[in-house]
Amino acid sequence: MQTYLPVAEVSVNAFLLLGLGGIVGILSGMFGVGGGFLITPLLFFIGVPPSVAVATGANQIVASSFSAVLAHLRRRTVDLTMGSVLLVGGLIGAGLGVFVFNYLKSLGQVDLLVRLCYVIFLGIIGGLMFIESLNALRKARRSGPAQPKRRRSRKLMHALPFKMRFRTSGQYMSVIPPLMVGLAVGVLSAIMGVGGGFIMVPAMIYLLGMPTKVVVGTSLFQIIFVTAFTTMLHATTNQTVDIMLALYLIIGGVIGAQVGTQIGLKLKAEQLRVLLAALVLAVCGKLALELLIEPSELYNLTSLDGG
Amino acid sequence: MRLRHLLPALLLWLIAALPLRAEEVVLGLSTDRVAITTSFDGSEILIFGAVKREKPIQEIPLEIVITVAGPSHPVLVRRKAHRYGIWINAHAVTVDSAPSFYAVATTGPLKEVLTQTEDLRHRISIDRAIRSVGAPFDVTDSEQYTQALIRIRQKEGLYQELEGKVALDQQTLFRTAIDMPADLTEGAYSTRIFLTREGRVVSQYETTINVRKVGLERWLYVLSRQHAALYGLLSLAIAILAGWGASAGFSLLRDR
Repeated sequence: MQTYLPVAEVSVNAFLLLGLGGIVGILSGMFGVGGGFLITPLLFFIGVPPSVAVATGANQIVASSFSAVLAHLRRRTVDLTMGSVLLVGGLIGAGLGVFVFNYLKSLGQVDLLVRLCYVIFLGIIGGLMFIESLNALRKARRSGPAQPKRRRSRKLMHALPFKMRFRTSGQYMSVIPPLMVGLAVGVLSAIMGVGGGFIMVPAMIYLLGMPTKVVVGTSLFQIIFVTAFTTMLHATTNQTVDIMLALYLIIGGVIGAQVGTQIGLKLKAEQLRVLLAALVLAVCGKLALELLIEPSELYNLTSLDGG
Repeated sequence: MRLRHLLPALLLWLIAALPLRAEEVVLGLSTDRVAITTSFDGSEILIFGAVKREKPIQEIPLEIVITVAGPSHPVLVRRKAHRYGIWINAHAVTVDSAPSFYAVATTGPLKEVLTQTEDLRHRISIDRAIRSVGAPFDVTDSEQYTQALIRIRQKEGLYQELEGKVALDQQTLFRTAIDMPADLTEGAYSTRIFLTREGRVVSQYETTINVRKVGLERWLYVLSRQHAALYGLLSLAIAILAGWGASAGFSLLRDR
């Protein structure tokens, strides 16, 4: 069944869109990533103009994250205090990021920089997570479900002022590190046009030392607000949000998110991390290959009619 | 002195031209309006008509060229190059004006039914329909960029060269069908019909086909342009509602 998208001005298969939304929804529920780093390139592939794909992707992430957060809230796996602190940092960062993005745009080559950003960040994060979680899996198999090893003492982090208790995460620490994490992720997500879950999740696990189960819900919580902010920004400045496209992706996505949350609860934390790492590495590999291999069509077109 | 020489020549030319002028196009279109609805999946337009004439049919056969052109926009064409080990956009040329859709259908090979001069004058072939003026100083082969534009759009079905696809019966009745792809942009699509004889245009006729979004598509499009903030909030509301709905629905399913 073909359907015409009013803002994107292309006609695509409705079931393909539902399927895409569903797959990304499952990932979103399982890992707490918005899926923006996946849905945006997939939309390019089926012929949606990049500007529309980025903006509409953000809108779709709002829906799937909201659906998943509700499921997580019911299981009390969202640290609202931590989420709010991250969000404050995130919104400031997103504002800064938009500024940086516009500056890069004025220099030209913004596409390349975004792509390089993807390859570098996905590569580093995916690689680190993959190695770490494989080691954890091996250890768990050898000695049974062992206690997660106590992190090395972080003297600097504990010496910082403005301490707060994050009950759900079982943490007592300064608000400065989570604020900084939120800020950094906000900047990156504005530049890369994604929710930032794939950066946020590992940052929470490895930098803030939060338990994996809480990390997913908390990450989703702050992604809702960052992507809602992005959607409004795109809708008002570029007018590139396609509501029909979003609707199809959302219907697939919200259902997928529920399924994903169920799958996520059945898997062990280490397994979840290995899978996410593998996924991140796969996307990174694909993007890197596109940069390295000679493209079959050297030319590309951009219509300059303002749309 | 000069005028006296010129006048008989002019008269002679007028007389010679008269029988040619006497051939006119009477046109029919299967539709003069293409409505883009939610289920729009491309459209086929039937263009047909007759040649009206007051004199008997001439010996030299008539040929017909039909063009359909969408609205024109400037297009930025970029070329990738191998730099620092990776493929990046290196050079760019702006093509000043290229139609978003262009089809040219003829009764025979384009080179035979139309001379170069006439093609140039009326901008009929795909190459001529695109206007490219300047290229930056560091680009010496700007022609390649225009060719790339044509190649890419031909692959997408946006540019079509339909040689021999116009049927002409008894030098009078003609018809052709043009497939318009699903990825159409809105606007007035100018449709031209040329009658040619020995490569020269003897008569031409022009009309427009309106391509417009209708119903829900139109409403959403207008809303997104004129009430952007409202549209953004609407998108967010749909997203939140859908997210809540799915969550509530699934928890009902589980509790049962």
